[in-house]
Amino acid sequence: MLERLHLDRTLFYALLALAGLSLLTVYSASGKNLGDTGGHALRLLLGFGLMLVVANMRPETLERWSPIIFGMAVLLLVAVLLFGTVGKGARRWLSLAGFRFQPSEFMKLALPMALAWFFARDSLPPRLWRFGVAVLAIALPAALIARQPDLGTAVLVAAGGLALLFIAGLKWRIIVPLLAGAVVAAPIVYFRFLHEYQRSRIDVLLDPQSDPLGTGYQTIQSMIAVGSGGFYGKGWLNSSQAHLEYLPESSTDFVFAVFAEEFGLIGSLVLIGLYLFIIARGFLIAYLAQDSYSRLLAGGVTLTVFLSFFVNTGMVLGVLPVVGVPLPVLSFGGTSLLTFLAAFGVLMSIQTHRRIVE
Amino acid sequence: MLNIPIKDYFRETRLFHSRLAVAAVLAGLLILLLLARLVYLQLIAHRHYETLAQANRIRPIPIPPARGLILDRHGVVLAQNYPVYTLEIVPEQVVDMNVLLEELGRLVRLTEGELKQFNKLLRERPRFETLILRTHLTEEEAARVALRRPYLNGVELQARLQRHYPLGGVAVHALGYVARIDENDQEKIDRNAYRGTQHIGKLGLEASYETPLLGRVGFERNETNAHGRVLRTLDRQPPVAGRNLTLHLDVKLQQRITELLGKRRGAVVAMDPQTGAVLALVSTPTFDPNPFVNGIDTASYTKLRENPDNPLYNRALNGVYSPGSTIKVFLGLLALEDERFQPDRPVHCAGRFNLPGDRHVFRDWKPAGHGAVILHDAIVQSCDVYFYRLAHTLGIQAMKDFLASFGFGRRTGVDLPGESSGILPSPEWKQARGLPWYPGETVMTGIGQGPILVTPLQLSSAVSMLANGGRRLKPRLAMKIEDAHGRPLRTIEPARDGALSLRDPAHLATLVKHMTAVVHSNKGTGFGIGWNAPYNIAGKTGTAQVKGIAQGAFYNEKLTPERFRDHALFIAFAPAENPRVAVAVIVENAGHGGAVAAPIARQVMDYVIMGEHGCKDPAWTEVCTKALRAGAAQLPKRTEPAGD
Repeated sequence: MLERLHLDRTLFYALLALAGLSLLTVYSASGKNLGDTGGHALRLLLGFGLMLVVANMRPETLERWSPIIFGMAVLLLVAVLLFGTVGKGARRWLSLAGFRFQPSEFMKLALPMALAWFFARDSLPPRLWRFGVAVLAIALPAALIARQPDLGTAVLVAAGGLALLFIAGLKWRIIVPLLAGAVVAAPIVYFRFLHEYQRSRIDVLLDPQSDPLGTGYQTIQSMIAVGSGGFYGKGWLNSSQAHLEYLPESSTDFVFAVFAEEFGLIGSLVLIGLYLFIIARGFLIAYLAQDSYSRLLAGGVTLTVFLSFFVNTGMVLGVLPVVGVPLPVLSFGGTSLLTFLAAFGVLMSIQTHRRIVE
Repeated sequence: MLNIPIKDYFRETRLFHSRLAVAAVLAGLLILLLLARLVYLQLIAHRHYETLAQANRIRPIPIPPARGLILDRHGVVLAQNYPVYTLEIVPEQVVDMNVLLEELGRLVRLTEGELKQFNKLLRERPRFETLILRTHLTEEEAARVALRRPYLNGVELQARLQRHYPLGGVAVHALGYVARIDENDQEKIDRNAYRGTQHIGKLGLEASYETPLLGRVGFERNETNAHGRVLRTLDRQPPVAGRNLTLHLDVKLQQRITELLGKRRGAVVAMDPQTGAVLALVSTPTFDPNPFVNGIDTASYTKLRENPDNPLYNRALNGVYSPGSTIKVFLGLLALEDERFQPDRPVHCAGRFNLPGDRHVFRDWKPAGHGAVILHDAIVQSCDVYFYRLAHTLGIQAMKDFLASFGFGRRTGVDLPGESSGILPSPEWKQARGLPWYPGETVMTGIGQGPILVTPLQLSSAVSMLANGGRRLKPRLAMKIEDAHGRPLRTIEPARDGALSLRDPAHLATLVKHMTAVVHSNKGTGFGIGWNAPYNIAGKTGTAQVKGIAQGAFYNEKLTPERFRDHALFIAFAPAENPRVAVAVIVENAGHGGAVAAPIARQVMDYVIMGEHGCKDPAWTEVCTKALRAGAAQLPKRTEPAGD
């Protein structure tokens, strides 16, 4: 049945489990708000529908559409800067016919698609000029997103693109000097190019007490939530951190903190295991894929999912700075949800349309 | 897709698989790092965080800063904060809420709306939080509650700071006001900076200097138990009070102008032409900003909005008026500058002008005409025909470019939000709106009618340029910013914004001579205010038509309904030799500029130059008497009706 719908059974069940946990956690974190939870359920349903549609497209079709999708995503980012809605001190949303969405999220899928398409035009490893063009294709959306300003998403999109360059076969003798350069450039970027609020987030990571009202407060409260959850957790609907409103953004960016507080180490291990399983499945799909486009796209999408997971969880656990990056599928938030489920649809399409079976 | 040579395909596959393996291993290692951190937080440090979460919580409570004061140039307080009493309740400490509310209802007046709002808060907020039941308790109510307070568990009487404008509406169009932060503001502001603050500058200086006025929020970190009750204060970072803002504005002058305008609608802007400092910025009628601070009630707001005199409208900043004959001084300078026009060749003024080959008649304000006039007479007597001819000769482009260098048609850059740019029309400007340019519009521009529109602020800034040798300065209301203890932090320097480039600087001096004759020669349209002045004034009257007059018809002030009567204008600076004040006056529907607007300008200049007591100041009495005698000799036997 699932095979006929081009759904990858393993991935599908894992995502279904994740969606269930997501509903439970969002319900609790939103303060038992049925309206929010219902909206979230509706978007999950919509997301799974989108996943089904994408999974039933042939990878060749996806490939043909890749550059167009990327172009449109770039245009949307430009539109955000021109006509976007301002919220929380940044211009990140577009309002269209009553719907508000965040085009920077689309880029998490559109950029890997475009890069995979571009590299698949030629044999691998790509020649140097192609890497040059690819770097520009990464820098453009990243710069547009950084302008909003949304440094977290910009870095994440760029990192996803660079990870794709790596699996495409960028030579080590180029990678090593670049990494060295990045290490040198980091302090320059920190002191010259970051907004004060962005800098404060990094400062706060080193010393959360330095800004207990602002971002340090978020990190402190998030760590208290996770830590006080302990081994068994406080039980569903018992997150005092979220319910007494100590934890900001508890149903979006900090949803994992609520989960960890309520379900403890056991629950967290299950959840991380689930992500690990999904990511491993993604790697396997990439491994089994047989043409350059499918391989690179599967690999790139999987790495983007991994990076989002890692950055978000790292932020919640207080090892990475506070950046507004949602947790794939688990976080409340429409655009991110739809994008990630579409991305899993891409993985399923690649897996179920393979022509040669070994 | 698979049309690649087999050998390459295998090489590619090998490369991809090895890279994928490296990526997977890296990802795995990073996830291990997360797991390690998770184990640390939830197992090893669990006790520590458990304590933080359960037994004792540390909760930062914001302490809002006091907003900075706004003072006039002599230190008179224009905006301040005063404490108001609020009645607050902590639900968890209340034994029986209904009984308590009933008892409080006997002590203070509680409206239906207040109770509804409170019940909403009661449902939504945690039970340990302090909820506001009523604000603005009267002294008497506060005293009653204070007396009963020992028997009322969970009731708190708080004194909070509230913005207050002690002088009411006198400077409201300059100061603006603060009001409650609304949803629009919420999206724009840094929410951390506004913790505990409920107000934000909405208009005027309160808005443009919001950042320094706001100050920095402080906080107190309290140790509280699991239910949120404060056990003790751990540390406290005091708030930094907002900066005090001292203005160039002289509120006594502001007040005097407001009184002079009385019930009339109008605007007056007085500036120091050497620095761009705004000494007075008046727009009448005014309104009291105090009710806006905590949200004005709908009935009062509707009354203000529907008032036909529109007090909410800032005429100084947003009122756009035809400049009328005041434009003649700027075009007069162009006549001296432009080599195509010989300003001293007499033009015969017969009271009418028409374009070659066109029967449309452009009339002079004086039906009989002024006879043969040169530039000097044309400015002094405000001859329209002379300027019709000037406009026709030089063309719209030359006029537009020259007027643009005075800042017409664009914002002055004043430190107030939302000023209008007026309109400096040109054929391109009209074409862009799909309209043709008529030659007659060029002619009308010559006397400041037609599509050209200016704001009082632009006029005062432009006349300042004539006074200061052609430097354009951005008008500035704020003089300096000081900290709450009066220590100076920043002086706001004059801001240069370009300059006139003149072929011959002597032309400006010539023009000033003509302008001085407007006020001091007995033929001048402004002679009424000049004959007894103890210093020299350079000025120009103006009248702005509100309603078009049909060909062949005449304007009769007495027969025209008030709203359609002409606007009176006057621009001036003084002393003419070493100007210290430049002023633009517009009085709506008041008829001739010389009769209504000019006397107000004279009072402004007297105030600035001689001080608030004018000629009564002993230092000036003698000078004034001398001027009076000299002027009286010049007075014509029969006074002509005030001209345009």
